[in-house]
Amino acid sequence: MSDASELLRRLGAHVTGMIWRLGFATRFFLLILKHSGTSFRRFHLTVREMYFSGVQSLIIIIVSGLFVGMVLGLQGYDTLVRYGSSEALGVLVALSLVRELGPVVAGLLFASRAGSAITAEIGLMKATEQLDAMEMMAVDPIARVVAPRFWAGVISMPLLAALFSAMGVFGGYLVGVRMIGVDEGSFWSQMKAAVDFGDDVLNGVIKSFVFGIAITWIAVFEGYDAPPTAEGVSGATTRTVVTASLWVLALDFVLTALMFRGD
Amino acid sequence: MMSRKTLDLWVGVFVAIGFGALLFLALKVANLSSFAGAGAYQINAKFDNIGGLKVRAPVKSSGVVVGRVREIHFDNQTFEAVVTMSIESRYQFPKDTSAKILTSGLLGEQFIGLSAGGDTVNLHDGDALKITQSAVVLENLISQFLYSAAEGGGKAAEGGGKAVEGAGKKKP
Repeated sequence: MSDASELLRRLGAHVTGMIWRLGFATRFFLLILKHSGTSFRRFHLTVREMYFSGVQSLIIIIVSGLFVGMVLGLQGYDTLVRYGSSEALGVLVALSLVRELGPVVAGLLFASRAGSAITAEIGLMKATEQLDAMEMMAVDPIARVVAPRFWAGVISMPLLAALFSAMGVFGGYLVGVRMIGVDEGSFWSQMKAAVDFGDDVLNGVIKSFVFGIAITWIAVFEGYDAPPTAEGVSGATTRTVVTASLWVLALDFVLTALMFRGD
Repeated sequence: MMSRKTLDLWVGVFVAIGFGALLFLALKVANLSSFAGAGAYQINAKFDNIGGLKVRAPVKSSGVVVGRVREIHFDNQTFEAVVTMSIESRYQFPKDTSAKILTSGLLGEQFIGLSAGGDTVNLHDGDALKITQSAVVLENLISQFLYSAAEGGGKAAEGGGKAVEGAGKKKP
């Protein structure tokens, strides 16, 4: 009997804790927005963080974009050639990258490459009481530490996603045209005819922008909320990657349902 | 720690590459360059049946894309589909141009084909095309074929078919 009530109590505490964290995360988001003046007035703070989250993610984004595009080229050709429409390979590669794979895979990579680093850094700053020291010196840690990292991620993410898509199209071109021998003219011209700037490219950019907000929000929040111990920081880093990846996939479904309802 | 100058340089390179990729997507992958800036005018056409025509389907004349389908709606007065097309202004068509709904290939997408007439006055913004031809619906084709096959079969089998044929001839 006492076991059952203990279980119930723990479940209740867990649920209350989750709701509390949700509320804190929302308040934290509003605090970031309120204190983001500094990240634009002293823009070099944001630029410095863009170096860590954007520039250092370049290699992984370029290489994985290239490989994803090349795989799409091979697999797409394999299926399309059965229906005698291998010229549509460009359309397949470009549409799947620009609409879905570019923003989503770049978002997942960004969450594990940059998001985890942001969480670990802020969590460690909290564990070593650097954030408290800042507050003692009347420097707001949210304005000085959190907001620049947030905005750097939000700015970097669409650029990385666009780069991923562009590299993927290039990879599809390498495999489809250079390696297999699909006609180059129809590869590009069919792609151009089928991909629309507003409906496909811009919607992809909007997606990656939303993912950027979600990933960096989760990353800075988990870091700020991490228990100030070694275990706490490592747990927060794991949670960032897991939660951010799940949110990217869930948001992608919602955004796709809103954008491409197939008229 | 890297100096601020090198840091700025790297971030500058990163942003330039990112925007370069976006520009590549806009100009090489998407069709922003072909329809940018150039004005367009709208024309309407009524069809009995548009088949599988979709918004943004191409409008072609002699196989060249001259515009896109802008809007499709159903006219509840005449019970016909009204298709609004936007045609690039550099392509002008005579007033008695006709529109057909065609299919590219056997399973391809549907598009509108324009055939120019001989009128000396050109189409203007908001004009309607008078001569249109609906999409070919496979089911109708099959039923027509079956009907004519059945009729032909009936004629061959018995003399009663002659009466049907005679009745058919009187009509015009």
